[in-house]
Amino acid sequence: MAAEQTAVLAAPPPPTTESRAARLAAIALALGFLAFFLALPLFAVFREAFRGGVAAYLAAFDDPDSWSAIQLTILVAAIAVPANLVFGLAASWAVAKFDFRGKSLLVTLIDLPFSVSPVVSGMCYVLLFGAHGYFGSYLQSYGVQIIFAVPGIVLATIFVTFPFVARELIPLMQEQGVAEEEAALSLGAGGWRTFWSVTLPSVRWALLYGVLLCNARAMGEFGAVSVVSGHLRGLTNTVPLQVEILYNDYNFIAAFAVASLLACLGLVTLGVKSALEWRYGDELASGRRH
Amino acid sequence: MSAIASSELRSQAATAPVAASARKRRPFRAPSALPGFGLAYGFTWLYLGLVILLPLAAVVLWAASLGPARLFAIALEPRTLAALKLSFGLSLAAAALNVVFGLLLAWVLTRYEFPGRRLVDAAVDLPFALPTAVAGIALSAIYAPNGWVGSLVPFRIAYTQLGVFVALVFIGLPFVVRTVQPVLADLDHALEEAAATLGAGRARTIVSVVLPILGPALLTGFALAFARAVGEYGSVIFIAGNIPYVSEIAPLLIVMRLEEFDYAGATAIATAMLALSFAILLFVNLIEAWSRRRLGHGR
Repeated sequence: MAAEQTAVLAAPPPPTTESRAARLAAIALALGFLAFFLALPLFAVFREAFRGGVAAYLAAFDDPDSWSAIQLTILVAAIAVPANLVFGLAASWAVAKFDFRGKSLLVTLIDLPFSVSPVVSGMCYVLLFGAHGYFGSYLQSYGVQIIFAVPGIVLATIFVTFPFVARELIPLMQEQGVAEEEAALSLGAGGWRTFWSVTLPSVRWALLYGVLLCNARAMGEFGAVSVVSGHLRGLTNTVPLQVEILYNDYNFIAAFAVASLLACLGLVTLGVKSALEWRYGDELASGRRH
Repeated sequence: MSAIASSELRSQAATAPVAASARKRRPFRAPSALPGFGLAYGFTWLYLGLVILLPLAAVVLWAASLGPARLFAIALEPRTLAALKLSFGLSLAAAALNVVFGLLLAWVLTRYEFPGRRLVDAAVDLPFALPTAVAGIALSAIYAPNGWVGSLVPFRIAYTQLGVFVALVFIGLPFVVRTVQPVLADLDHALEEAAATLGAGRARTIVSVVLPILGPALLTGFALAFARAVGEYGSVIFIAGNIPYVSEIAPLLIVMRLEEFDYAGATAIATAMLALSFAILLFVNLIEAWSRRRLGHGR
């Protein structure tokens, strides 16, 4: 027994893995890097928010400007997310269920907003609808304001969150093929019925996944919205812009308190997203299965 | 027997002209029993056109109306040039650091078992989930001269180029991990076993067998992290201090030009950024294609 144990201990390490010391060193280095670069900033948000105690934290939310920022952010997300949801369903139905020429061009264009800087995304709309933009004087003569107003913020948010739902649904619906829909149609179901009762249930978790990421980005977007908002306090400030204003006013506790709301949103998003990957991994597109 | 043969012949005869005409001109779309193509396809293009393509076309049109001479004149102004150099130099450096630590993280997360591995795996996506403005003020609080890290080191991090670098590393981290992880998980263990039976030590196996296979994924991750870093705004501006010629990034300069209603200046800087990014990403794609060809497999 003892001889057997020493034999095991003395055996050379298996040739297809690293030595125990190398493994431990790699894990320690990786975790140390993550703790330093990821955990520390997250912790800092809450540490700074509660620096003056719970009362000071809660007092930060007495500011009417912060409340109107929260309302505006919810309004913007409530428009942008459903708009991109409908688009995502239409685009994935066309791309995944049919074969047509120019499909890869269409898919590339759908992903395009991810490779555009958020600042440039906002700039596009300024060039179109701004005071000196292409449609600027035309809009002015009708008294319509898009830039430095809520419509511009909604448009910029739609731009940056555009691909989220479509890029979750397209690969999954391509994997699933058309056999189930064809079966439903041959059994007499109509097009809408097939979509609602066959297609939609089989992509529901991927849809939720995409909507979740889309919503997190819509509520947290800063660069694109910053360009088109004009920073009018109480009117065109979303929550991230309100964080910036409070921070630049040296009102640090309030800035971090409002930021902690966004951090909580991010943590909830991360938690639900991971839960979906673990629980329903086989009902998401293959790239999402960990 | 003869009946089957003759029916085969007949069906061949029937399909031959169809196949020939299809080779000449493929129809726009393959026949399908499913309804709703027209509606879905039309709506997709309409929405894409109005929300994405029309606004982007405005940038292209504006740049075209300026002409190459004006574009170059603005992009080569000393302050713009300094901002472009800073943005591209630091983005490349941050993406390079992310390749090193992204590979390490992907390796540790796919190959080793340790308590809390799933939690760590989920936490890698934090830079995607945390709004950039929140990350920005948190980083500047940590690295400011009176912050946790800033007060420990003898040199300044916040409000210098080092601060910009730290923010760019933060937001680029998940890209390399998430592109390398699936390739590493699908890697055939037999290759490593073969290398070991042929007498290669573990280090040699990793360097000459595993790393070349991960090469294309590492390059993809590098390109994604770089592209994100170049355009990044929210997480950088708080920690950068935004000192002209020193720590002023190109996206901030675009925002400043737009606030001055200098649309031409903003467009020129954006065009220069897009052109440079495109050139660098094209170069990375060429290396990637070359390394895939050299390895002799599709992916």
